[in-house]
Amino acid sequence: MHARATPNQPADVATAAQPPRRAPAARVRRQWLSRRWAPYVFISPFFILFAVFGLFPLLFSIYLSFHRWDPAEGLAAMRFVAFENYLYVLQDDDWFRHSIFNTLWLALVSGLPQHLVALPLAFFFHSALGRWRNAVVGVYFLPFITSTVAISLVFSTLFSRDFGMVNVMLTAMHQVPVLGWLFPSTNIDWSQPGYTKWMIAFVVWWRYVGWNAVLYLSAMQTIPRDLYEAATIDGAKPWQQFRHITLPLLKPMIFFAVTLTIIGNLQLFEEPFILTGGTGGIGQAGKTAAMHMYGTAFVDGDFGTASAIAWLLFLLIGAATWANNRLLGKRD
Amino acid sequence: MNAFLKPVLGALALGLSAAAMAQNVTISVASFPDLDRGIKLAIPLYKKLHPNVEIKLTSLAYADHHTAMTTALATGANLPDVMAVDMGFIGKFAESGGMEDLAKAPYNALQYRDKVARFTYPLAMSGQGVMVGMPVDIGPGALFYRKDLLDKAGVSEADLTKSWESYVESGKKLKAATGAWLLASAVDIKDIYIRSDLKDGEGVYFDKSGKPTIDNARFRKAFELAKAARDAGIDGKIGAWSNEWSEGFKRDKIASQMMGAWLAGHLNNWLAPESKGKWRSAQLPGGAFGSWGGSFYGVPKKAQNKAAAWDFIKFLTTTKEMQIEAFRGFDAFPSLIEAQNDAFIDQPIEYLGGQKARQQWKVAAGKIAAMDVDKFDPVAAEVVNAELENVLEKNKDIKAALADAQAAVAKRVRR
Repeated sequence: MHARATPNQPADVATAAQPPRRAPAARVRRQWLSRRWAPYVFISPFFILFAVFGLFPLLFSIYLSFHRWDPAEGLAAMRFVAFENYLYVLQDDDWFRHSIFNTLWLALVSGLPQHLVALPLAFFFHSALGRWRNAVVGVYFLPFITSTVAISLVFSTLFSRDFGMVNVMLTAMHQVPVLGWLFPSTNIDWSQPGYTKWMIAFVVWWRYVGWNAVLYLSAMQTIPRDLYEAATIDGAKPWQQFRHITLPLLKPMIFFAVTLTIIGNLQLFEEPFILTGGTGGIGQAGKTAAMHMYGTAFVDGDFGTASAIAWLLFLLIGAATWANNRLLGKRD
Repeated sequence: MNAFLKPVLGALALGLSAAAMAQNVTISVASFPDLDRGIKLAIPLYKKLHPNVEIKLTSLAYADHHTAMTTALATGANLPDVMAVDMGFIGKFAESGGMEDLAKAPYNALQYRDKVARFTYPLAMSGQGVMVGMPVDIGPGALFYRKDLLDKAGVSEADLTKSWESYVESGKKLKAATGAWLLASAVDIKDIYIRSDLKDGEGVYFDKSGKPTIDNARFRKAFELAKAARDAGIDGKIGAWSNEWSEGFKRDKIASQMMGAWLAGHLNNWLAPESKGKWRSAQLPGGAFGSWGGSFYGVPKKAQNKAAAWDFIKFLTTTKEMQIEAFRGFDAFPSLIEAQNDAFIDQPIEYLGGQKARQQWKVAAGKIAAMDVDKFDPVAAEVVNAELENVLEKNKDIKAALADAQAAVAKRVRR
């Protein structure tokens, strides 16, 4: 029926006028590519790929989290244990708790300054930089698009205890007359537990502050100029304009950016993994939940427990995002 | 009828497989650097003997290779015919059940047992006696030290190796005289000590029944020695393979390093090429013998050409010429005792000031205990290292640390 309405109609009419023996083939072809099915056929590559590489692993990891399984032993070695993996992780896995603490610590210490710096920075880009704006923004954005591995390798060299630039700088600052006491006189061993997290937090902060600044800048550019002009006429100072115009109108973008930071920081893996040589550092000071999950799977060979950790982490991220939604996402 | 037919069928099958051998066969080999250099050396030699066999080598980085093989075993797909397994993973793979048992027919690998370094066979066997790999090279442990720095401090090689106590004492003298650390990390001492006192068949962290055995005198002494070294300030608190580590060698800050004999090659090639002639090799302190690394080749159960694969593995591991070729080619210390007796062993090593160190390493290889590996060894090692760090940095009581480690490992392995 649908085919009747197609622009091919004249052809159909022509076909109908042909001797009847050619009709079946034409009808079959028409059914194949009928308008009812063609869209699904054309969109199917995505769904097939998604089912194979997205949906199946997702469901399989739920299934896996209820089993004990060492993959080296083959699929047949899977043993159903119901909730044992979850109970083990929650009750007995000391490193899980430790790694969750590390993750939350890093999320906060690297995440909060990201936004506290990115907001004023974006405002500065927006108001003070003229035609240089795009170039400067690009420079700040560069770390975001650079490979994490390269970044982490460079920073692990910079933070090297005996030969690193950071320590050279810090100890040189110690020689400065008045402020000298603020800086260490000897080299800091950044691999010691007391410093590892600070080092990782710095690298993460450095990497994403530009990204957040770009987000905020793009939101600021949508704020109408006349609001500022009106405020200026009313005698509002730049700080008052920022406080009473920019900030309230940025709220949706703040919500979006903070959500991204929460999700990204709770899944933090590459930076701490490379900076600590894959071990989490001395005393597991830099081991995040994602690293613990990776280690449980690929070092300990316990994929069931690793899947359970993954889903617990998912719940944590879900809860944090929900809390953020309650806090920032509400419309005034 | 069955009883009669079986041998006939068996003979037929054998004949068929022999016929298959005569046809063109392609076997796939999965390996990792530098071990793959042995395969590259072997291919032309093997082709001369078996022109009909093609060998396809796939080589991935060390960690990637073992991850890929774990995944392949999990799914039973994309498995090679010949699989390289490093010592760090052999325990895990031995208990996997995904590999052919080389101890059984048609492989009968036990017949070669007396021909290879004695500590290697137990490593490749699971608790049930399933043997999953033939040893292809070994890494006997050695103490490398800077002769020039030691001379300056008036410390002799005997002072270093007599006992662990004298090793630590020498470190103090060295530090006072030259400012250099005796060793990169005090953790090294623990790692060697917990292995050095073992009898054949004992495990480092677990007993035969799989119970952790960490809370004992062996670990206590190991922790005490490491603590003594840290307190004496003779270690650099530097992890191996870090920037500080390689720079420490280049700048004469680290005066000794205990590691596999293959470290000589790394020192010569990139770690400290300028210090040529200043390094020497000695046996480990306190009469300890240990092995660092070592590689095996095994056949997965789902391999396509098992007969050809096994023939190639035999060529790699039990042929004197091939083992010597690898020894001379890239200093892979042979597992085959026959090859250890090659004249190459008597050649002086220029980097070590002309020392004939390979003779010494051969002696060490013969004395390494045949210890038992467990698939949870890496888990236990991680826990023990974390507790040792508490002892070294936070002054945690050693007894409490070991009790905690024991409990944590027992909890983690969940057996």
